[in-house]
Amino acid sequence: MNRATVATPNRGVRRHTGLRAYGYLAPAAVLFTLFLALPIVYALYLSLRTVKVKGLGLGRGARTEVWAGLSNYRHALVGDPDFLGSVGRVALYGLVLVPTMLGLALLFALLLDARGARARGFSRVSIFLPYAVPAVIASLLWGFLYLPRVSPFLYVAGRLGWPQPDVLSQQWVTFAIANIGLWGGVGFNMIVIYTALKAIPSELYEAARLDGASEAAIAWRIKVPVVAPSLILTFLFSMIATLQVFAEPMTLRPLTNTISSTWSPLMKVYRDAFTRNDIYSAAATSVVIALATFVLSFGFLRLVQRRAFSQENS
Amino acid sequence: MATVVSGPQVASARPAAPSRRVSSSARRPNRIGTVVLLIGALYCLMPVVWVLTASTKSANELFSTLTFVPSTHLWDNIRELSAYRGGLYWRWMANTALYAGVGALASTLVSAMAGYGLAKFVFPGKRAVFNVILAGVLVPGVVLAIPQYLLLAKVGLTNTYWSVLLPSMISPYGIYLARIYAAASVPDDVIEAARTDGAREWRVFGSISVPMMMPGLVTVFLFQFVAIWNNFMLPYIMLGNDRLFPITVGLSGLLNQGASQPAMYTSVITGALLSILPLGALFLTLQRYWQVDLAAGAVKA
Repeated sequence: MNRATVATPNRGVRRHTGLRAYGYLAPAAVLFTLFLALPIVYALYLSLRTVKVKGLGLGRGARTEVWAGLSNYRHALVGDPDFLGSVGRVALYGLVLVPTMLGLALLFALLLDARGARARGFSRVSIFLPYAVPAVIASLLWGFLYLPRVSPFLYVAGRLGWPQPDVLSQQWVTFAIANIGLWGGVGFNMIVIYTALKAIPSELYEAARLDGASEAAIAWRIKVPVVAPSLILTFLFSMIATLQVFAEPMTLRPLTNTISSTWSPLMKVYRDAFTRNDIYSAAATSVVIALATFVLSFGFLRLVQRRAFSQENS
Repeated sequence: MATVVSGPQVASARPAAPSRRVSSSARRPNRIGTVVLLIGALYCLMPVVWVLTASTKSANELFSTLTFVPSTHLWDNIRELSAYRGGLYWRWMANTALYAGVGALASTLVSAMAGYGLAKFVFPGKRAVFNVILAGVLVPGVVLAIPQYLLLAKVGLTNTYWSVLLPSMISPYGIYLARIYAAASVPDDVIEAARTDGAREWRVFGSISVPMMMPGLVTVFLFQFVAIWNNFMLPYIMLGNDRLFPITVGLSGLLNQGASQPAMYTSVITGALLSILPLGALFLTLQRYWQVDLAAGAVKA
């Protein structure tokens, strides 16, 4: 086959090698179908089904699976205060976390890139280090640091005679969880933005520097606009991660009773599927979360005119 | 994401700055900036320092001595943790290494092949395939976990190593990145020349294209390795037998036990410390690869 393709004119080569492309794509296609496409289709199917119970639900044939139409969705969206509550909590969590995390990541990246600051190598490694710590472990460490008997902050506050708020109380627990996300995520996003900053040719702002522009003005007027595509992508990925927050609240649960089993939408999906054995409404809720992610992602990308991925759509 | 190893910033070739004021303002030490960076570094290091000191304390000292004052019980704590149910903790550690190592390696190979196929071949449906993969990047992965569980349960694969390994092998983002690396780093004429010399397709890929894509593939591997190492929900859902647990699920279970027997807490904390060490060491040694451009761009070697 090789010799044949070599011998044929250019068009023939392209056609033959084109067929080979399917060989390269085959493993990815099989895995994509089995572990992405099929689960999505299956979740859609389950979300439209339900179980009908005859009599006491005992014996053979007493429980039958039937089509349920959109009733699972109606229940998830309108009839279930647990779901709406979890959406509200995660919305607040995201509103606190994402702007803080990206704002700090941008600030740190600009300082790393600026000329004057010292201890940049040490700071870069230290701030990036939490990315190596799994969310479960991070939650565990912060969980202990939140306990009044361990927390150094509360100790200092107590010594100074300040109030010592219980960070795991109903009022603060969302912020306590957002802080864990911030700790784990700020370094990674900083590196993304910093990498984009390093790619800016210095001629771009050398002229401004010669004209006497301050470092702050250069950062704000030149550097931030140039790294906008990176900011867009970090925002997008942070938003997706926010919608599926699961490990942090699940890990903190044993330390406090202010985190319910339906604190985040995904925790509710987990409870429905495995505690209540109601895989149908769990599937409907998963589909709603996935759709919300798509709508938010594409809406956001449209809003910023697809600047991030556009150069790759060749 | 580009794996750029950039040297010190090359000064621009302009003649010496005409005004003194400019160069002095550019060199003036930025004290506020330094302080802000150090506060950020302290915030990020604080929990790590805490776990270092806390793991040296005995169960009594944990809640009674000052937070950052170390004690002398680290070795006892490690021995106690290692003795827990016949060294179960170390089994979790080995499991995590297996899931992350094998899963990331397989995922990198699958991504490299698919990315290369997408970048270097013309075939019908290419654009559609690429769009499907882009959409796959945006699918919230953990939403898939429950239907994945139900489907794997149908074929009896849940509660096995495969139930965590197989779903970890596909990464749309990895394919997306590999496509960009292949397009940027493997020139068409090199492939054509190798083919003209009669090299077989697999040889062209394995001996010519893969080495050229290698810096990018290392980054794909690291990304996927960290993602699997950090994953909680997938193994939490898939596995029931605690001898198959990765470290995240295992420690989360230990913490649950600690709620009823606080003596467990020292084991949990020591376990947390030991679990951070391997990945922390990996990060420090591979620092130069961690220059991350999410939408890629040029790959310079």
